[in-house]
Amino acid sequence: MSTDPSGPILRVDDVTLAFGGLVANRDVTLDVRRGEILGLIGPNGAGKSTLFNLISGVYRPSKGRILFEGTDITRLPPAERCRRGIARTFQVPRSFDSMNVLENVTVGALARHPNAASARRAALDTLERVELTHRAEAVAGELTPPEKRRLEVARALATGPRLLLLDEVLTGLTPSEAKAGVALIRRVAAMGVTVIMVEHVMEVVMPLVDRAVVLHLGSVLAQGLPAEVVRDDGVITAYLGERHRAA
Amino acid sequence: MTGTSLIAAPAISPSLDEAARRFAAKRRRSLYVGALIFAGLAALPYAIRDVYLQNVLVLTLLYAALSQSWNILGGYCGQISLGHALYFGIGAYATSILFVNYGVSPWLGLGLGAVLAASIALAIGWPCFRLGGHYFSIATIVIAEAGLLLMQNWDFVGGAMGVQWPFNPDSWATLQFARDKIPHAHLALGLLVGTWLVTFVVAESRWGYGWRAVKDDPAAAQSLGVEVFRSKMAAAAISAFFTAVGGGLYASYVSYIDPESVMSFRFSLLFALPAVLGGVGTLWGALVGAAILIPITEISRSYLGGTGSGIDLIFYGGLVMVVAIARPEGVLSLFKRTRAARNEEV
Ligand SMILES: Nc1ncnc2c1ncn2[C@@H]1O[C@H](COP(=O)(O)OP(=O)(O)OP(=O)(O)O)[C@@H](O)[C@H]1O
Ligand SMILES: [Mg+2]
Repeated sequence: MSTDPSGPILRVDDVTLAFGGLVANRDVTLDVRRGEILGLIGPNGAGKSTLFNLISGVYRPSKGRILFEGTDITRLPPAERCRRGIARTFQVPRSFDSMNVLENVTVGALARHPNAASARRAALDTLERVELTHRAEAVAGELTPPEKRRLEVARALATGPRLLLLDEVLTGLTPSEAKAGVALIRRVAAMGVTVIMVEHVMEVVMPLVDRAVVLHLGSVLAQGLPAEVVRDDGVITAYLGERHRAA
Repeated sequence: MTGTSLIAAPAISPSLDEAARRFAAKRRRSLYVGALIFAGLAALPYAIRDVYLQNVLVLTLLYAALSQSWNILGGYCGQISLGHALYFGIGAYATSILFVNYGVSPWLGLGLGAVLAASIALAIGWPCFRLGGHYFSIATIVIAEAGLLLMQNWDFVGGAMGVQWPFNPDSWATLQFARDKIPHAHLALGLLVGTWLVTFVVAESRWGYGWRAVKDDPAAAQSLGVEVFRSKMAAAAISAFFTAVGGGLYASYVSYIDPESVMSFRFSLLFALPAVLGGVGTLWGALVGAAILIPITEISRSYLGGTGSGIDLIFYGGLVMVVAIARPEGVLSLFKRTRAARNEEV
């Protein structure tokens, strides 16, 4: 395989996807570096979740290519992308509500464990890492919304990803929960997992990410270091608003 | 490599070992309970002298096994089939035709019918599993009805006249027993034990987890590496396989089959209902449901008269509604509730 260890882990190459007349992603091009935390920001309807769906294989682009670790994965089904090392959470949590928390995470762990017994051990271990062990036996359908988000992350982590897509996992959390979430994401990144995260709360994302990409109306409006991006005039006008110009 | 190191704990903590041990102990306990219950059921026909009640017992065990088979696809994988009468009929006809026309041992016929049914389930699944939830259920009804019509008009399998098994002396080789109901009680129980064990083992395997994930949320399942389409196909094939074995056993039990008596829609309902009643996607739901439903059905049938009236269908429909409203998780959940409550108090 022509995997260049110094090359980007993910390359989105001129990708377009339209729903009927609505272009949700237009000519999106971006590289994600190995080991970085990349913030994907932009107003509602900018196409952030759609881009996640394209990377994880829910949709196929009408134009362009997606390369993961140097290989073209544009046509691969989602399950295969997961096995190759791409995991994701959903903006609206999609827990398996008839199963308990441990079983939910075991499904994820089975992606890289030969049998249920070793997958269950790995799942228990993952639960410990995301501090959800005390809820292991709880039915997922009965979790609180913040717990559900944590479960989403646990399940995705259990698949042993090299690239993790987090879609608004910190949204709707109390400040202390959000702080714990940020710490978790840092720990994940510290283990060498590359993270792309979508988040609206600038005060939370900007200190956390290494770089930021701003989507607007389906196109990349700006990208760069967080400090550069928040000073970008286009970004302020389209997304951040005057409040940030003053700051 | 880096991603893996996140998961591989530096040292397996003792709590993990403890959890694994507790889980294994729980599994073992389930097996012991199963062995005990099935041993009791094996002894039961000797305790019942009345031939009519023995017949009710045979049918109860058989429907429990059939519903356990249905439950693999409907309960665990969440693909609600209302056409399993097709696989039941395939098993019944394959076993009967092979034995009556060609002298093939019914034991072999059971196996061949089961393989045929599994293959047909795969052929049906290929297009149908791309359909969304309710469309799949409707497709199964239509296909099973088409199968019924086909059998009624196919002279080679006796058309509407059906197939009569020859009269032979009682024998385990031909599965024929003129008066004695006990052998068929044990045959049905054998199938129930087989399907129960398959469920028990598969539920705690890659497939079992995949099925339940597909049932709850296919989009999330595939994002976690579950092959959704293949999961459904596997569940359908296994489910059809055992349903056909049940069909073959039923044919050997009643010695005469025609399309209506093995392939009517009524059967499709009767395979789904016990599991729905007892608790879908559970290990014991099908048996509990069958133990409630089948005796009521059989006894009320002798009062209300034949099956043609449709009264029994109204009864089933009403029952499903009552369960759906009062206790969607099935009768078994009554016991779970009390156990959870008890744990709470501790
Ligand atoms: N399956 C779909 N069918 C039709 N339109 C869609 C579909 N998914 C997304 N869209 C549209 O595409 C656009 C981009 O949606 P997307 O969910 O990617 O936005 P987003 O940046 O994630 O927004 P938010 O911050 O609100 O989550 C929106 O206008 C949305 O309505
Ligand atoms: Mg979104």
